Amino acid sequence: MPSWNIIQAVNDALRVEMRRDPRVVVLGEDVGKFGGVFRATLGLIEEFGADRVIDTPLAEAGIVGAAIGMAMYGLRPVPEIQFSDFIYPAFDQIVNELAKLRYRSGGQYSAPVVIRTPAGGGIKGGHYHSQSPEALFIHTPGLQVIYPSNPYDAKGLLLSAIRSDDPVIFMEPKRVYRAAKGDVPEGDYTIPIGEARVVREGRGMTVIAWGAMLHEAEQAVGQLPELDAELIDLRTLWPLDIEAVVGSVSKTGRCAIVQEAPRTCGFAAEIAALVQERCFPRLEAPIARITGWDTPFPYALENDYLPLAPRILHKLRELKDYEA
Amino acid sequence: MQPLHKLETPPLPREILLRIYREMVRLRTLDERMMTLQRQGRVGFYGACTGQEAATLASAIALEKSDWIFPALREGGAMLLRGFPLVPYLCQIFGNAGDETKGRQMPSHMASKSVHQVSWSSCIGTQLPQAVGAAMAAKIKGDRTVVAAYLGDGATSEGDFHVALNFAGVFKAPVVFICQNNHWAISVPSSKQTASESIAIKAQAYGFGGVKVDGNDAVAVHAAVKQAVDKARSGGGPTLVECETYRIGAHSSSDDPTRYRDEREVEQWRKRDPLDLLRGRLQSWGIWSAREEDELRAKVLEEVNAAIAEAEKKPEPPRESLFEDVYSVLPWSLREQREELLASPPAGKTSQ
Ligand SMILES: Cc1ncc(C[n+]2csc(CCOP(=O)(O)OP(=O)(O)O)c2C)c(N)n1
Ligand SMILES: [Mg+2]
Repeated sequence: MPSWNIIQAVNDALRVEMRRDPRVVVLGEDVGKFGGVFRATLGLIEEFGADRVIDTPLAEAGIVGAAIGMAMYGLRPVPEIQFSDFIYPAFDQIVNELAKLRYRSGGQYSAPVVIRTPAGGGIKGGHYHSQSPEALFIHTPGLQVIYPSNPYDAKGLLLSAIRSDDPVIFMEPKRVYRAAKGDVPEGDYTIPIGEARVVREGRGMTVIAWGAMLHEAEQAVGQLPELDAELIDLRTLWPLDIEAVVGSVSKTGRCAIVQEAPRTCGFAAEIAALVQERCFPRLEAPIARITGWDTPFPYALENDYLPLAPRILHKLRELKDYEA
Repeated sequence: MQPLHKLETPPLPREILLRIYREMVRLRTLDERMMTLQRQGRVGFYGACTGQEAATLASAIALEKSDWIFPALREGGAMLLRGFPLVPYLCQIFGNAGDETKGRQMPSHMASKSVHQVSWSSCIGTQLPQAVGAAMAAKIKGDRTVVAAYLGDGATSEGDFHVALNFAGVFKAPVVFICQNNHWAISVPSSKQTASESIAIKAQAYGFGGVKVDGNDAVAVHAAVKQAVDKARSGGGPTLVECETYRIGAHSSSDDPTRYRDEREVEQWRKRDPLDLLRGRLQSWGIWSAREEDELRAKVLEEVNAAIAEAEKKPEPPRESLFEDVYSVLPWSLREQREELLASPPAGKTSQ
């Protein structure tokens, strides 16, 4: 089994599916000849040609809008938005159009579009190359949101996403694009959308994370075995694996959620509400949120902005020691 | 590639021509030094203006001090021309406490109200409707201000470009759009960006004039932009000036152009280096000598190196500054989060 990074895994997933299904097309800025600014589409234009790997003009609304039309007409487009910070010019197409096509056509049309987009900070990219806007899309009925943390999940989930009949926002954690390596099976395999993964079992507390921060959370819980933490990688943010979350918190009685996006109205807030509704009698401490701050993503102080392992650990100790 | 059109006598006063040239040399030197520092890991990122100095500086010099600039990626250097000091400019690139904008943004996003140059937004094209709005405001207030809105060829594909041109035409706003058509938007050539015969021609559809100039000829750029600025100032409305130029270097320090473009094309354009073209003109008019050239190069390098040394000494911005300027008044939520950060252990350098 080859050991790959996330970019290679994504690239391979696209190749596998494009070979299997002639309806799959890739489009976006610099995705053709250049193979994408992060190289995720490298070599695809050579194998599948310029009709299926389309270098577009610089216009995100055009990329997503065209993808919707293609999907309505029977293709399976996988547009790339170069950085998730640049998804906003396409926001209207995504939120008002893509997400609601099935609903507003009474189920006649669907828009099986998978928008791939590198997300998150940690590359010294400042405000315009670091945001993690998952909550905006989870808040939009009709969208599925996936945010893997490792190459194995990235490939298996991307294959499921492309085969799904509903639109997916597929966020790729660029901070660990190359750093997170792992064994990835060749050929076809899928990971079901909506299934979380228990990274590490424990009885002391439940720690929930996704994307690049999963690795920080893993580092933090590994540093202090007394926490006896159960670590869950959500992988799919929406639809959330509610059973995995509730099952774990019912067992541990304590819950922390790590999210690199700003705190207010972030996905951690929704998870906290769900846990509180379902696990209230079992909770032994307030649910902890360890998050990015409610500020724009900074350039100079990005390590103070991100909820990295030292800050996670600090908060998890507090959670462990909490007594009502 | 057209030959430089001949001019027997200087079309501009000597001081202006020399000033443009000196600024071009300074910007070239600065860009070279910054690319080196980036490779040495002393600067996080850099986007150079190399090859586009005429389009950037000979256009900006056609503006008055009170005029405004909404730049794109490569026009930071216009601030220096407008009198912004080099050290704080470099501090923006280092992202340190000497930066007026508090290290908040990546390099190339420098801005200063003192020279009426706003911060570039990485999000391509967003500055264009804003520039039109500023121009509309100047008109409403009865000011003489003209707004210069810069953009790349890639930006002409964004909806904001079309929105901006339409508003500018409808409201006859005193704005000049200056498009640096450098033939590339990262790996996408301008021929794939538009099916129009030029970018300038797009203005016609919005009801105003567009002109295409040799963007590597400082004299031609200046003439075209000056005419457009004068027209805007006298109530004649907007103009789109397309400067045909070339991005000699990589898109940015993160890019490798050998993967997508032919080095021979770059070589062709190197023969039309805007610095060489202007120096050739100055020499042919007898207002620039080899000795002056040597002196200038040495002086500029010394100035840039001294400024780098000074700027690099500045510390990181303080941790608590993260929370400033989100709002005019710090809300309770950010006050609490600031306390939370200060009570947590420092994160140190990125763990990867
Ligand atoms: C909305 C948006 N989409 C994508 C990008 C990524 N990106 C940065 S620069 C660039 C190309 C810009 O080309 P152009 O406008 O010609 O300017 P140039 O770099 O040539 O100066 C792209 C695609 C971005 N910054 N903003
Ligand atoms: Mg360009």
